[in-house]
Amino acid sequence: MNRSPKPSSPARKPALRSASAPAQRLVILVATRKGAWLFHGDARRRAWVADGPHFLGHDVSHVQLDPRDGRTLLAAAKTGHLGPTIFRSTDLGRSWREARQPPAFANAAGSLPSRSVDHSFWLTPGHASERDSWYAGTSPQGLFRSEDGGLSWMPLPAVNEDPQLREWMGTVQDGTPDGPKLHSVIIDPRDAAHLYFAMSGGGVHESRDAGGSWTPLIRGLEVVEGFDAANVIFHDPHCVRLCPGNPDRLYQQNHCGIYRIDRSGDPGADAWQRIGRKVPKSVGDIGFPMVVHPRDADTAWVFPMDGTTVWPRTSPGGRPAAYVTRNAGRSWQRLDQGLPESQAWWTVKRQAMTADSQATPALYLGTTSGELWIGRDEGARWSNIARHLPEIYAVEVATLP
Amino acid sequence: MKVLIPGALRSYTDQAQVEAIGSTIDALFSDLDRRYPGLRFRVVDEQRQLRPNMRIFVNGIGVRDLQQPLRPDDFVAVVLALSGG
Repeated sequence: MNRSPKPSSPARKPALRSASAPAQRLVILVATRKGAWLFHGDARRRAWVADGPHFLGHDVSHVQLDPRDGRTLLAAAKTGHLGPTIFRSTDLGRSWREARQPPAFANAAGSLPSRSVDHSFWLTPGHASERDSWYAGTSPQGLFRSEDGGLSWMPLPAVNEDPQLREWMGTVQDGTPDGPKLHSVIIDPRDAAHLYFAMSGGGVHESRDAGGSWTPLIRGLEVVEGFDAANVIFHDPHCVRLCPGNPDRLYQQNHCGIYRIDRSGDPGADAWQRIGRKVPKSVGDIGFPMVVHPRDADTAWVFPMDGTTVWPRTSPGGRPAAYVTRNAGRSWQRLDQGLPESQAWWTVKRQAMTADSQATPALYLGTTSGELWIGRDEGARWSNIARHLPEIYAVEVATLP
Repeated sequence: MKVLIPGALRSYTDQAQVEAIGSTIDALFSDLDRRYPGLRFRVVDEQRQLRPNMRIFVNGIGVRDLQQPLRPDDFVAVVLALSGG
């Protein structure tokens, strides 16, 4: 069924390192419905050592490494019964400590209904200049900030208690099947006060004052046919990424297609351009993840899913494939070598696909069926790293110092 | 009073049965949180509501109202509802 000879199982022992082998260590952070796993490897990216499960039985939405110190991990977790929390490790997962004050909404203000955090969904390390700062996006939609490395979290009232944003968030009834999400929390690498976030549903929003006030950034985005695109509540961005190689460019996988925006310096003039029309119609430009290249702002990847009829949310036709653009969305090429050729009905969630920052980046993705894959040479050749994990929610990869 | 702790919360208490004080269930969970930091939020949310899949029994009788008065000789059981997957 696979185009590659034989998918490998998770390595049990570290590969022997030759004298000329790269010294850099990589770690893949895998968050699943039943716990978290770390896969340790090196820059050759040939063998991986599985470390896990951590938090067996917990729904782990996201695990992130702090790039500012290369050893602090945060994990957003809950269980079927217990409330949400954040776990923190300062030794790359050898030991964990629970947050003293996990993300929790303030008491209701005015006429707004009170809310309780069901789970923290998205974790973003703060700006390089703001050591120990982190952001968390929650379900239902809320934005929280920590200034002590994730031990305590404070709500951002300009999001969580703003009547207009609350209207655009809608209710739990308006959200995704797993609950409405605040996600894609992005910090401009040039300016710690310039932030973005997105909500499913509720649009893309931008702040230039460190989260004190927010403006929708939805011009050019389409909504489901028959609805008013001017109304923020109808917008469903699935994943937004800023290009490290050009922080004025962002890509977006939306409920209604793939988009790019180039910031002009005049926010009122900026509009998203739909760039997914050149993906073959039989595949479509619907999906969840959006991946950008670590340096080349013209290169980006998506992983289309079936968004027709009742939204099966599976690989189109049971034939999974990534698609890459090398020219900022003017054309797309299919990348499926090594992936199953047929009868593979999994898909990839919005946080479950990423790229490393090596000279020739590899892609990494986790499937809803619990498989972890690496796409070598920028996705040209796929091979399996692990099978039989629980449903994968998020995949991150980091280079260790 | 004696409080029976479910397996899912033993990472906080290290034991199945603990002693705690409180004139209401709400106060009891505040005391439990002082003794075992972090425990309360995993059972009671920020709006002081019992989380959906948690059950509390006082002397064998199920209660959901956190203001339910308690006496020092009550026996409180915290139980996970049969749900999930």
